[in-house]
Amino acid sequence: MTVHVRTLDELLHAPLEADSDLTTQEYLVNMGPQHPIAHGSLRVVVRLDGETVKEVIPVPGYVHRGVEKMCEHLNYRQVIPYTDRLDYLSAIMNNWAVAKTVETAAGIETNDRIEVIRTIMAELQRLQSHALWWGVTGMDLGAYTAFLYGFREREIIGEIFEETIGARLTMNYIQPGGLMYDIKPDFAAKVKKLLPYLKDCVEQYETLLSGNVIFQERLRNVGIVDGARAVALGCTGPVVRASGVPLDLRATEPYGAYGKVQFNVVVGTVGDCWDRYYVRLEEMRESIRIIEQLIDGIPDGPYSTIRYNVELTLPEGIHYGQVETARGAFGVLIVSDGKREIPYRLHFRSPNFNNLWVVTAMAPGWRIADFISIQSSLDLVIPDIDR
Amino acid sequence: MDPESLLALVETEHPSIRRRSHADRPAVSVPSGELLAVMTTLRDHADLRFDLLLTLTAVDFPGEDRFELLYRLYSTVHGLWLIVSSDVPRSRPVAPSVSSLWPIAEWQEREAYDLMGVLYDNHPDLRRVFLEDDWVGYPLRKDYQDEYMLELPK
Amino acid sequence: MQFVHTMAAAAATNTTWTPQTLADRAVDSVPHSLWLTAGYFLLAVVGVAALLSFLGMALIYIERKIAAHFQCRLGPTRVGPFGLLQTLADTLKLVFKEDFVPPKADRSLHMLAPFLALLVPVVLLALIPYSPNVQVADLNIGILFITAIGGFGVMGILIAGWSSNNKWSMIGAMRAGAQIISYELSATLALLVVVLFSGTMSLTGIVLSQQEGWWIWRGHAAGFVAFLIYLVASTADLNRTPFDIPEGESELTAGFHTEYSGLRFAFFFLAEFINMFTVSALTATLFLGGWMPFHVGDWTGFNAAMDTIPPGIWFLAKTTAVIFVIMWFRWTFPRLRVDQLMHLEWKVLLPLGFANLFVAAVVVLTELYPFPLGK
Repeated sequence: MTVHVRTLDELLHAPLEADSDLTTQEYLVNMGPQHPIAHGSLRVVVRLDGETVKEVIPVPGYVHRGVEKMCEHLNYRQVIPYTDRLDYLSAIMNNWAVAKTVETAAGIETNDRIEVIRTIMAELQRLQSHALWWGVTGMDLGAYTAFLYGFREREIIGEIFEETIGARLTMNYIQPGGLMYDIKPDFAAKVKKLLPYLKDCVEQYETLLSGNVIFQERLRNVGIVDGARAVALGCTGPVVRASGVPLDLRATEPYGAYGKVQFNVVVGTVGDCWDRYYVRLEEMRESIRIIEQLIDGIPDGPYSTIRYNVELTLPEGIHYGQVETARGAFGVLIVSDGKREIPYRLHFRSPNFNNLWVVTAMAPGWRIADFISIQSSLDLVIPDIDR
Repeated sequence: MDPESLLALVETEHPSIRRRSHADRPAVSVPSGELLAVMTTLRDHADLRFDLLLTLTAVDFPGEDRFELLYRLYSTVHGLWLIVSSDVPRSRPVAPSVSSLWPIAEWQEREAYDLMGVLYDNHPDLRRVFLEDDWVGYPLRKDYQDEYMLELPK
Repeated sequence: MQFVHTMAAAAATNTTWTPQTLADRAVDSVPHSLWLTAGYFLLAVVGVAALLSFLGMALIYIERKIAAHFQCRLGPTRVGPFGLLQTLADTLKLVFKEDFVPPKADRSLHMLAPFLALLVPVVLLALIPYSPNVQVADLNIGILFITAIGGFGVMGILIAGWSSNNKWSMIGAMRAGAQIISYELSATLALLVVVLFSGTMSLTGIVLSQQEGWWIWRGHAAGFVAFLIYLVASTADLNRTPFDIPEGESELTAGFHTEYSGLRFAFFFLAEFINMFTVSALTATLFLGGWMPFHVGDWTGFNAAMDTIPPGIWFLAKTTAVIFVIMWFRWTFPRLRVDQLMHLEWKVLLPLGFANLFVAAVVVLTELYPFPLGK
């Protein structure tokens, strides 16, 4: 039994099909690593026949930093800042995944205050991430103005983060056993003031893009993937929910304060780009709802339940924890040998890596412009793919 | 279905499997030769329907001369969790590919091949996914060394 | 034909305008002094060149400011008063940048393409009647000449895309070719409506024919529909959003000018903006009365008040309004897909254009004008 290992060169230099009647030939183009749709540095090799996409070959790895290898030399608190740099638009939620895993494994109890603040922060970040995504989608489809509207909200929420956390992008906020800092006294008041504004912003998004005929034409019935196929292709988050699968970890296995609040899991019906667009808009409304329910009654208590300068050792075995980030299920798999304070092996289950490959099933048969819509509707963050 | 009856059901379907201890969720250990058969049952059994392969990864145990392959399954139909683990010898790390069951495994297995050097049999497109095709070695192995490493493995 | 004669006669008897182009002056001056003739030629060349550079700077500045205010920001404010010198600074930067030609490109064609792209709008600048006395030449086949020359504009883009030896450039150029050639049909059909109404192809003649009212409303619905078709089709000719698929940034990086840098890139940029100006000026001339002041029927007092505003200002105001609308499109709409674009042209605009031309012909033959022509 031999296993054949292929190379990219071999794949790209395979003979291309030529249509002898019309003497046209298929051709390969590189979308990325330096291309506006790369959103960073994702390389996608596309086999085209004229304008029609025949095959999509994603070639990730341009931001591969070997985070998993590095984590094998770091203790659990030192792992947290590395998660900021995976899906940098869901930094707090990534922090939470590690913190949650370690807390469950080590049996660390947290209090209500910590969980409520974590939930509020995570939802604020989901809003921020979706706002940015909305703008970027507009830009990808040619409506550049949308980009700056999306960025406006991102900055405003960023200021809230900055006040409490001191950082706008790489937060390093949620720690095993608590939070890095307590919230500022006027945090609740500021967030409450922000919520009506954000509600207006979502309505504004609707009026700016959703109703536009061209925008709808570009998204509706493009890149359809049904629920079963999306699940088999490993999709999570808004991508799988747009296909009608109500898989939302906040609802299926509530963590943090999600068990105490009322919110809807938004699902689509068709599974096209439009559903993926609209699911995210609706999720922004749900996030605002969640924050509204929590912001009035942040319980009192300490912001951490353990001392941070204590080395944590996890019991021997496999420990896995996951949270629903803005892009899907972010999981942390820790294999501990039970002896040292560093993980024996640490694996990040990245939502973007798993969501990326659905593009190979969706895009063939569509035009170049549809490929842009499809990739944009997946909302990929490249460092999280490459890790 | 509670974890105990889940494990019991899996055990009655495939008597060769063992329960794996030291895991936070129901976990079973499967001989690599039977992996594909067990996985097919897990996916298609009406009471199980594990349709989402959340995580596929490998752990290197050089001291015990084995790679442990970890599959984390979730059933969106029944809301069940299961960890499937399987050992392959480190000297000849060949495992059956499950990409015929879950298409996403095609890429997750490519990642495991790329970083850990596990070879998957019957894989449609086994290539490196992150690293260059001419990269030497598999970085996530415990004994991996290259000239840029600051701290060499002991 | 009867109609055309009455209308031309009406225009001749009623007008107080006696337009005179630079070409007319030059011809008139030949018996007197050849130096004067040469002076007029020089004035025409210098004038168009000055207009070209001024328009390039001004329109880029305007576009930036308009875009900024659509996007909740301020735009350039730092360089010079109100950021006015920002465009100059950017132009200087572009001039001093390396003029890079890809190693395997067709070098001579690669160098030639930007000039071809810029040629068309420059020629058209000479034909536009800015004011009764400010126009380089008025051809009696003006509209025909404009459509003929306008069709040539695609050559620069096609050559740029072909010679760059880059797949993105190639796709962009092919898209541009298909798009511009398609949409020129609709644009021409819309122009023909105005030619039918005014009975002349001369641009000054068309302006003079609008003394009693602009064709946008005087031709029943036909004039208005023709205006809309021309606006959409010419926006597509300009390759601007929502029809910017030849350079659609997120799809083709920069489309046909991916491989251009420095001054040659600036030429493409300039060509786009000058094109936008000529299209807007033509829209203003054909449908909005050009430099003709706004008149309403018998309101003599109002009409006299309108006449006090110089025709040049009228022209500028109308052109600026159209430019603003085109910029408004760009900063509002997403981009169409290539097949949707073709669908819009061949299945919507073109049949509509033909029907509109037919309606216009019926209106002209039956003389069913809401306002009596020149009486």
